[in-house]
Amino acid sequence: MTDKVEVKTDKKDLTIVCFSGDFDKVLAAFVMATGAAATNRKVTIFFTFWGLNVLKKDFGRKALGKGILAKVFNFLLGGRNKLPLSRLNFGGASPDLMTSMMKKHNVATLPELIEAAHALGIRLLACEMALHILELERDDLIEEVEDVVGVATFLNESENAHIIFV
Amino acid sequence: MEFLDITNETCPMTFVKVKLQLAKMDKGQDLEVILKEGEPLQNVPASCEEQGYQVLSIEAVGDGKHRVIIKK
Repeated sequence: MTDKVEVKTDKKDLTIVCFSGDFDKVLAAFVMATGAAATNRKVTIFFTFWGLNVLKKDFGRKALGKGILAKVFNFLLGGRNKLPLSRLNFGGASPDLMTSMMKKHNVATLPELIEAAHALGIRLLACEMALHILELERDDLIEEVEDVVGVATFLNESENAHIIFV
Repeated sequence: MEFLDITNETCPMTFVKVKLQLAKMDKGQDLEVILKEGEPLQNVPASCEEQGYQVLSIEAVGDGKHRVIIKK
């Protein structure tokens, strides 16, 4: 799934604000995003706050940032492979259990959905303010992130779009 | 003719796989898709037509499955 897809459509765009860094909520965001892109909608996901964990280049735990608090926060939050379930997380065991249940029922896993999102040309934007707070740099994020933007840019670009907050 | 079986896929990968497969193909090529009734049958052919592709045929092949031929 490496071919980028050109989206040509007169359908309303979709923008998803991914505020949450919870496994299940991020999964919902990517299901909506890939479903919308595959049915001919232009899709943007704006990641802010805990959602930034999804975009970290390091999928595990790494003490990113300069200050001690940022390092502790980033280490404890971790990356894509450490997203907790919003309920019944069982000390971090649940995302793996949930992933095995998803595989059993032929439901796309989070990494598969993220890969599909790249292939479908879904735009990934990171919130500038949240990056500052967590002392993350652009280089700490995966290269697929198109831009680091503020709320004004996000709103301007979503002027005629459906906006979903996750 | 390219071939894609999405009977074991669930939403949204049904749409995603068809869309990505069509993106890889040349204009004028045909794609045979095997899909299940319900959501995939209702929406996959329709979303292909929206993209300007031509749905040449839809036929039931038993067991709740359908064969859809799409021309890019």
